Amino acid sequence: MTTLPDWHSLQVGDALPTLHLPPLTRLTLALYCGASGDHNPIHVDSDFAKAAGMPDVFAHGMLSAAWLARVLTDWVPQSAIRSLDVRFVAITQVGERISCTGRVTEKLDLPPRSARVQLQTANAEGVVKLSAEALIAWP
Amino acid sequence: MIDRRHIGTAFAPFTVSVDAGRLRFFARATGQTNPVYTDDDAARAAGHPALPVPPTFLFCLEMEAPNPAAIRETLGLDYSRILHGEQGFTLHRTAHAGDRLTFRQRITDIYDKKHGALEFIVRLTEVSDALGNAVAELRCVTVYRNPAP
Repeated sequence: MTTLPDWHSLQVGDALPTLHLPPLTRLTLALYCGASGDHNPIHVDSDFAKAAGMPDVFAHGMLSAAWLARVLTDWVPQSAIRSLDVRFVAITQVGERISCTGRVTEKLDLPPRSARVQLQTANAEGVVKLSAEALIAWP
Repeated sequence: MIDRRHIGTAFAPFTVSVDAGRLRFFARATGQTNPVYTDDDAARAAGHPALPVPPTFLFCLEMEAPNPAAIRETLGLDYSRILHGEQGFTLHRTAHAGDRLTFRQRITDIYDKKHGALEFIVRLTEVSDALGNAVAELRCVTVYRNPAP
């Protein structure tokens, strides 16, 4: 069970535990297609993707967003998450090895005590795919 | 250009049920290993009445709209020119398996950049539970690519 870190000992610049994903497979895209209900063929049907001018199928942006939410819920209980705002920066390709990182950027000493967190997903070369911001509140 | 009179347009609310099986499938697809999201006992031990709905799954539930293309059709958008630009979640309370959630969507803004080459549609969705409690607000920014004139 995840518990909130102590707000007083939290420091701006603190890193959240990094989430390392295995190389992205077509199976993961197929599973996410079914589980999410996003059946856009561009993510699972190579023929369709190529006809649409893409080199191949590519990841749903919201799959990466789900990974970023996992970074948060690995760190704090979900009830502490006040907001998560994601910006889709670049396409995540099949085979890429994605790491999801987060860092505390601001502490807000007002009711409720809160912390702002900057998050991103990036491939092995460090190319950012998603950038996000979250607000975590302490009860 | 997308007709700006669509700013403020609200769509018919719809209600969806949160299915525990779908939540487990979502956990599997997103590599979730925390048993709170897959195991009823672990969820209850963490204080949840049932499996919790992870934050971004609310976006998946929003796609359960009776006509998921309603907004595209209203705005007259070509599917192949649509990109997902941003997605935001403001969370008020955690929803759980078995909940019935109501989604109220409206267009809050339409604007363009690069002399109209890119248009942006901002959709705000209010999610509430069966008692009318606010669960979340979802903010979706769709990018629409216009061909060069």
